[in-house]
Amino acid sequence: MKRFAGFVIKEFLHIFRDYRTMVILFGIPVAQILIFGFVITNEIRDVDLAVLDMSRDEETRGITERVEASGYFTIQKRLESPGEIEAVLRSGTARAVIVFGQRFAERLPGEDKAQIQIVADASDPNTATLVTNYLNAIFTSYEMELVKPSPVPHLIETQERMVYNPNMEGVYMFVPGTMAMILMLICAMMTSITIAREKETGTMETLLVSPLRPFQIIAGKITPYIVLSFINAITILLLSYFVFGLPVHGSLVLLLAQCLLYTVMALSLGILISTVSNNQVTAMMISMFTLMIPTILLSGFIYPVENMPPLLQWLSYIMPPRYFIEIIKNIMIKGTGILFVWQQTLVIAAMTVVFVGASVLNFKVRLE
Amino acid sequence: MEKVIEAVDMTKKFGSFVANDSLTFNVGRGEIFGLLGANGAGKTTAIRIMCGLLRPTSGKITVAGMNVYRQAERIKRRIGYMSQSFSLYEDLTILENIRFYGGIYGLPERVIRRKSQELAEKLDFWRIRNSLIGSLPPGWKQKLSFSIAVMHRPDIVFLDEPTSGVDPDTRRQFWDLIYETAAEGITVFVTTHYMDEAEYCERVCIMADGRIEATGSPADLKELYGAGSIDDVFVKIARPPRG
Repeated sequence: MKRFAGFVIKEFLHIFRDYRTMVILFGIPVAQILIFGFVITNEIRDVDLAVLDMSRDEETRGITERVEASGYFTIQKRLESPGEIEAVLRSGTARAVIVFGQRFAERLPGEDKAQIQIVADASDPNTATLVTNYLNAIFTSYEMELVKPSPVPHLIETQERMVYNPNMEGVYMFVPGTMAMILMLICAMMTSITIAREKETGTMETLLVSPLRPFQIIAGKITPYIVLSFINAITILLLSYFVFGLPVHGSLVLLLAQCLLYTVMALSLGILISTVSNNQVTAMMISMFTLMIPTILLSGFIYPVENMPPLLQWLSYIMPPRYFIEIIKNIMIKGTGILFVWQQTLVIAAMTVVFVGASVLNFKVRLE
Repeated sequence: MEKVIEAVDMTKKFGSFVANDSLTFNVGRGEIFGLLGANGAGKTTAIRIMCGLLRPTSGKITVAGMNVYRQAERIKRRIGYMSQSFSLYEDLTILENIRFYGGIYGLPERVIRRKSQELAEKLDFWRIRNSLIGSLPPGWKQKLSFSIAVMHRPDIVFLDEPTSGVDPDTRRQFWDLIYETAAEGITVFVTTHYMDEAEYCERVCIMADGRIEATGSPADLKELYGAGSIDDVFVKIARPPRG
């Protein structure tokens, strides 16, 4: 046990002396959560618009005011002729143009429908879709108010109620994803690199000749990373709580236990990678290409798994973060207990066993 | 003389390549034993087998009275090892390296502290004890690495090409250190491709292509081959005159 303690102390010294490691360990998680928090969002705010009003009556003014008052848009320019539309979109002065047809107010009550056209810059499709949806919603609500006094009742009334994330905030989506990604990055990549470094510098040989058993060497190397990853998981949760107001509805103990399990899984994957790489660069490359990119793209972090082609959906089944993200979303956002996530938990546990087993086999083979 | 290493027909094959071909030799307690040969002759394979890093394909080998097949873990407690790369952590200080290696060999805290001071006196590094290893010249690292390898008083210390990359003067100082250690009863098993260093050994084995070509004291070998130096002996063995 004392030997083990000495080993862990030495490992901590390596980490604290290397400023690059420190930056990766503590700078990146904080930076990423803040960046994702403020940048990746499905909400729009102050989108620039232009208006081409060919009627200039009270109704078109009313709608324009409503659009401006919503807080989502700012009207940057009022156009005089259809010929200007192209120019404002091209120059980026406006992301979309609202065009009111002629004799708008006049046509409104009649059979002859009043017309509004939305011309959106779809070079950024997501924003274009959001902008048109938001504008449509504003137009619809304006229209509803107009027809309210009319005797014709609405046959269908839609009531929207968003559960678990009533304000549709982006943090609910990216916090679990970022957590999955950061823990994977730190645990798997850093352990694979630190073990590869011992091989590269030749110290691994000396350790193997010493009375330390291989599993003691591995355990000694990963213990500091378990501790640090756990601190990181807590930091992410605190940040998302205090900065972005993301609550934890479920059991905190269960949540932390799940983080620990996922951390151990990522570490075992890191060990497996280190058994096949003899130097730090290889370890880093393998980690990058086999872990980071699939984690981001295939785990459902950014793109919903349901929308992927079948082949990629199948591939996403072997991505550990996919299960972790489901677990975290369930516990944090829906507040469900272990009964709802035991299957995903089991999958991660099974993956851990497989990775550890494969590492042990690989380690022995290479020693021969 | 008591034997601390005995190898009979030690063989190691990697696939069809025979790295060690029936090596038979023994080393006595307190002896300075050299394994000589060009790069690729099989020296490192032999040393790795005796240290428990590689499993031999066949042969009967005992190290410190223990069988390498069955008692590898116990052998590890009784041996020291210094690799070509010195195996020190560059980002740790001198004292931290000593403490770490002392710790993994299970030395108690107070022994480590005493050893650190003894070493500091002997190698005269007290002044720079808290400097990072990375900032030291190679000769320094070499002496420190060796001292750490024998800190737990092993029966045998294995040195794998310990003198590569240091200047001749430092090499001489290093050999003084080896003599002191051997005088304390620790057997020194050293591999080298510097033939002049063989003269420092009490007995040497000369290896070529995985086989032992000659064994004996440097003086005996020179006489046997009618050569002026071990280097000449090596040339005669490795490149026998043709025709």
